[in-house]
Amino acid sequence: MNYLGLSVWAVLVLFPFYWMVLTSLKSYGSYNSERVPQFFTLSPTLENYKEAFIAVPLGGYLLNTLIFSVLTTGAMVAVSTLAAYAFARLNFRGKNLLFALFLSMMMIPSELVVITNFVTITNLNLRNSFPGLILPSITSVFYIYLLKENFEQVPDELYRAAKVDGTSDLKYLWKVILPICRPTLVTVTILKVIECWNSYVWPRLITDEQAYFLVSNGIQEIRENGFGRENIPAMMAAVVVISIPLIVLFLASRRKIMEGVSRGGIKG
Amino acid sequence: MNMDNSKKAWLYLLPSLILLGAFLLYPLLDVFVYSLEEGFNFASQTYLGVGGYNYLYVLHDPYFLQALKNTFILVLITVPVSTCLALLISVALSSVGALRQLYQTIYFLPYVTNTLAVGLVFMVLFQKTEYTDGMVNLLIQWFGGEGVDFINGPYWAKMFVLCFYTVWVVMPFKILVLTSALASVNQDYYRAARVDGTSRLRTFTRITLPMIAPMLVYLVITGFIGAFKAYSDAVALFGTDLNAAGMNTIVGYVYDMLYGDSGGYPSYASAAAMVLFVIVLTITCINLLVSRRQFRG
Repeated sequence: MNYLGLSVWAVLVLFPFYWMVLTSLKSYGSYNSERVPQFFTLSPTLENYKEAFIAVPLGGYLLNTLIFSVLTTGAMVAVSTLAAYAFARLNFRGKNLLFALFLSMMMIPSELVVITNFVTITNLNLRNSFPGLILPSITSVFYIYLLKENFEQVPDELYRAAKVDGTSDLKYLWKVILPICRPTLVTVTILKVIECWNSYVWPRLITDEQAYFLVSNGIQEIRENGFGRENIPAMMAAVVVISIPLIVLFLASRRKIMEGVSRGGIKG
Repeated sequence: MNMDNSKKAWLYLLPSLILLGAFLLYPLLDVFVYSLEEGFNFASQTYLGVGGYNYLYVLHDPYFLQALKNTFILVLITVPVSTCLALLISVALSSVGALRQLYQTIYFLPYVTNTLAVGLVFMVLFQKTEYTDGMVNLLIQWFGGEGVDFINGPYWAKMFVLCFYTVWVVMPFKILVLTSALASVNQDYYRAARVDGTSRLRTFTRITLPMIAPMLVYLVITGFIGAFKAYSDAVALFGTDLNAAGMNTIVGYVYDMLYGDSGGYPSYASAAAMVLFVIVLTITCINLLVSRRQFRG
């Protein structure tokens, strides 16, 4: 009985994936001659994948998204690590107050600040550029909090020993803290990459030249005036190509992702 | 605490402080100011006066009222449905041994997929075009029902797809949180209940539910907030012109006012965003009050 219910939901989750792969393998002609959709195809073709890369700049979208994800995530990890280290290890006046302020900033909905950011970036003439895409996407208070909690678990003795040896803070952070806290860093990195890969709202506001589109905007563009509205198989091929990187990433680091998300990741 | 250490700390914090200040704190204040500036002109950066006109305009705009209605329907349907469904699935999951990991992996898939991309698949499944009735309509017809175009058809059909897709998208997070909550319940309680011969239903309502109640409350709150911010799901299904489809959401209205064909009105966008902020804040407070009373009682 349990298995039945669980399997029903599993089918509901998997079916869209099956359908997109299946449709992407049907040729344009055979798909459109199906008045009643067929559940399998006897003559799979990779024609649609070729079409997806030739008719629309899908390769460009993927490259843009890769650049955006890598740069944003890299900057986020660097900036957050430094801030988390300051909160976890260094003493300064107003630390607790500032940390409370940081935590309260988690409550600010991004929908609220996006308006001014749009105006700021427009006024800086950074629309349709990578700095414009990346700069407002870097900071994440939640990850600073997560890293700070983790850094604090490193025993004080190590820090004192390092200080006796005359090790600088930066070197201590690099040589001791980061290796010890690697699992959390990896989790944070993966979660941020997923977030970047799927981001849609900000890139849509800030780019209107196809040369700077990320995959989400690309797919929307494809839908509205890509292959022509009827070429569903080519659209599905593009969808498959866009979905594969993250699914591979997920299957490769399933445990890390699920653990990270259950610790407070919120979709979006 | 020496001076040197303190300076260093601020230096380490500097990048975050600059970025947070520029892209989070300043915009928060600024959006409030924008929402009160009447007749703001984007090109010349001037405004006519200060007052509540933007709010009045937004609250009387039929598009905004439509967006408000859509969002409320979406919230009131998807939050209870997805939470209950996730609870059912998680309880079932925790009672099976074999295949559990496989199920968990499958259930989590929607979380890592691109909302826009998979939305396109849902559109194809539900759409009825002149070429084909589509997958879902085929199923409906098998069961003797009448097919309907869920993407360009009647309002209730479009709302149904939107709710269905939203539930599909939010389930992974809820199942994950609830399965870990269920796993952390002390097994001694269940053993004691079994010794006493307590029925399964009673065990569930008297032990399981109270033990995971805090997590359920957390899910309901985050669910409410998330659903009130719905936007990408709708775009994925109905395209960027949500007003024309009659399926706009509050967040969609904000972005449309800001940018796009009907854009160029940051003041109206700000006012609408403030309305959203107030709604979300209110829901959070009500939820907190209710849950606190529950825990006391």
